[in-house]
Amino acid sequence: MGDTPIRFDEMFAADDNVRPAYEGYSDWYDEQDPKWLRRKHGEAENSFRKTGITFNVYGEDEAEERLIPFDMVPRIIGAAEWRKLTRGIEQRVSALNSFMYDLYHRQEIIRAGRVPERLFRNNAAWLQQMVGFTPPGGVYTHIVGIDLVRTGPNDWFVLEDNARTPSGVSYMLENRETMMAMFPELFSDVQVEPVSNYPRSLAKSLAACAPAACNGKPNVAVLTPGIYNSAYFEHAFLADQMGAELVEGSDLRVVDGRVQMRTTRGFQPVDVIYRRIDDEFLDPLTFNPDSMLGVPGIMDVYRSGGVTIANAPGTGVCDDKAVYSYMPEIVEFYTGEKPLLPNVQTWRCADDDSLAHVLDNLEELVVKEVHGSGGYGMLIGPTSSKKEIAEFRKKLQKSPSNYIAQPTLALSTTPIFTRKGLAPRHVDLRPYVLVSPDGVTITPGGLTRVALKEGSLVVNSSQGGGTKDTWVLAE
Amino acid sequence: MLGRTANGIFWMFRYLERAENTARLLDAGLRMALTRDNTKAEDEWRSVIKTSGQQAAFETKYDTYEGSNVWNFILRDKENSANILSTFELVRTNARMVRSSISSEVWEAINESWMNLKDQMKRPVAQGNLGKVVHDVRQAGMQVHGAMSGSMLRDAGFHFGRAGTFLERGDSVARILDIKYYLLLPSPSYVGSSLDTGQWDNVLRSVSGDRAYRWLNAGQIDARGIVEFLVLDDRFPRSLAYCHSALRENLAALARIHHQEGQCDTLMREADKDMNELTIEAVFENGLHEFLRGFINRNSSFAAAIADDYRFIA
Repeated sequence: MGDTPIRFDEMFAADDNVRPAYEGYSDWYDEQDPKWLRRKHGEAENSFRKTGITFNVYGEDEAEERLIPFDMVPRIIGAAEWRKLTRGIEQRVSALNSFMYDLYHRQEIIRAGRVPERLFRNNAAWLQQMVGFTPPGGVYTHIVGIDLVRTGPNDWFVLEDNARTPSGVSYMLENRETMMAMFPELFSDVQVEPVSNYPRSLAKSLAACAPAACNGKPNVAVLTPGIYNSAYFEHAFLADQMGAELVEGSDLRVVDGRVQMRTTRGFQPVDVIYRRIDDEFLDPLTFNPDSMLGVPGIMDVYRSGGVTIANAPGTGVCDDKAVYSYMPEIVEFYTGEKPLLPNVQTWRCADDDSLAHVLDNLEELVVKEVHGSGGYGMLIGPTSSKKEIAEFRKKLQKSPSNYIAQPTLALSTTPIFTRKGLAPRHVDLRPYVLVSPDGVTITPGGLTRVALKEGSLVVNSSQGGGTKDTWVLAE
Repeated sequence: MLGRTANGIFWMFRYLERAENTARLLDAGLRMALTRDNTKAEDEWRSVIKTSGQQAAFETKYDTYEGSNVWNFILRDKENSANILSTFELVRTNARMVRSSISSEVWEAINESWMNLKDQMKRPVAQGNLGKVVHDVRQAGMQVHGAMSGSMLRDAGFHFGRAGTFLERGDSVARILDIKYYLLLPSPSYVGSSLDTGQWDNVLRSVSGDRAYRWLNAGQIDARGIVEFLVLDDRFPRSLAYCHSALRENLAALARIHHQEGQCDTLMREADKDMNELTIEAVFENGLHEFLRGFINRNSSFAAAIADDYRFIA
């Protein structure tokens, strides 16, 4: 093993002093009986099971519903720190939206030579059908989940821009509900910014993007692939919280130039569709002809101003890790400012020099597929065996442009509750950002994912990660 | 409300009622079997299987009607697609599908019951645990109905759920009565005779009507009285007359909400006329079996008409 990087713990400083953001919590924690806390720990899981906050796991024997483990120690962010983060997020999300517009219109950023043309030429998420079309309100990325990681007191980095269909927001909301039900007194001791406005903001923000054809109050619907989808709980939850219909493709049909849903009274137009299915399944007439999940003809209605689709088709372009690697240039090009939130250093394996560097240092790097997500298909050098690295090397050499590489970051830790008391674990943070013609709204908080295994850096729920309630302290 | 959602709520409550009724049947059978010698107990279990409509499936698997085989077959056997656990799973699957149209109280009542039942039926159920399982299935129904009554908006969803409940309940009671009647009264001349009162008690028990009936009839048990009670007494919430008028009210509410009547409302007017004119004498004169088959067939027509009127399916 190489040197163990110094990790930054968000609760305890090196001298074991509690950092300011955690002081209120720490005072409360020290007063609690450990036995009582252990009992509460068990209660939390039970309450999640009862409410059915589960996700489905594919490829298991029975399509099993599992819980994402919840840790009851909150992840706490101070008010000033949060203010700084939000400025960076807002800047980045505005740039993403401008980038999408530009990419599907004049492509000035490419003409200016700031990013290479292959960024969209090689991009599987690129949609020719979106060229020259402006979505209602000019919004492409209605809902964004920016993944942030931290390595030091003032060192936050963007790890991913999830501009397609970021999930997990229901955990942000339910984690808070659970914490408030379990430890009500804690919330009178410590002033925490509420997250419960999110569904209302989402509904408002979607309604603000109603299409030209909408007259009167916009009808919003959440489009889900159905109950067997891994995030179905969240789809139902958001529809319920927004007071919107939860629809499947089979409920929708194009009638009289509008997308309409089959109600007990007959067909009724839908104005805004918050879709939780991928582009390729949206419209069997335009994309994947075998899709049973989508609505035949919806793209024509979309392009003629009959319906709003959120996020806009084709926004997946931004989730590409090659695009990510150009985000500093993208931010600067559209905002005229230096990025407030830096990227993690990234080597594009498409470049020969970078590839050589990556191949020489595989043991120390994290290598990711350009189109991959969810922690699959990646190599974490420091924790991989020689054999795994050798196998990965072959894949990388075969198609270098499919990969990017990053240094293995010493992600910050926050404590989790264990039988032996508090123990540090690595975390990341996904704040949820809403974009409407009226501006950008960032909910104070987000989803903190935590690697429950000691020393592990993989926070994905599909691979043993858990979640925490995320607190932003009130000013 | 989406047609698919209406369909989901309607069937969620049908399955819930079905699970509950099957559990009642099992409960009544267990009680009878316990008080009999072995051969008679087998007869009793056969009758339970027959009444639940699972005879053919059961006999392809077993030669004899041994108690633990019977109740496990009805409760949890995967070879019996109508087993109680699978039926309850359908309740939950439908509830998940319509999750955003039912209150969280209703959802949690279903989800918690499901977790509990699944756990209790993980392995074959021993006799000592049967009473508890059966009780919990019935309890689940009570909890869901209670949650529904106390927390759900009286909009279309509520009435689709209610319509499903009473359609299924009427259907189930008619089937129990039909099969028991054949079993109990080998020929019409038996009507009015005092046959095995234990058997009749069993019929009443399987629809939770024993106490109410005794109360109303001062302990007298006779076939005609019981049939009259289960068919015509609209004070008893599981009688055919009660199920009929509850269905009528809910269909009327749906028509009101939708500002229009459909085929199911036309059908209801005919059914209502027949039900109002019905007497126990006429039922026996024309044949109870014929009457019950007619009732069951009309129920199927209702289900089809409701599905069509309210666009359950694309």
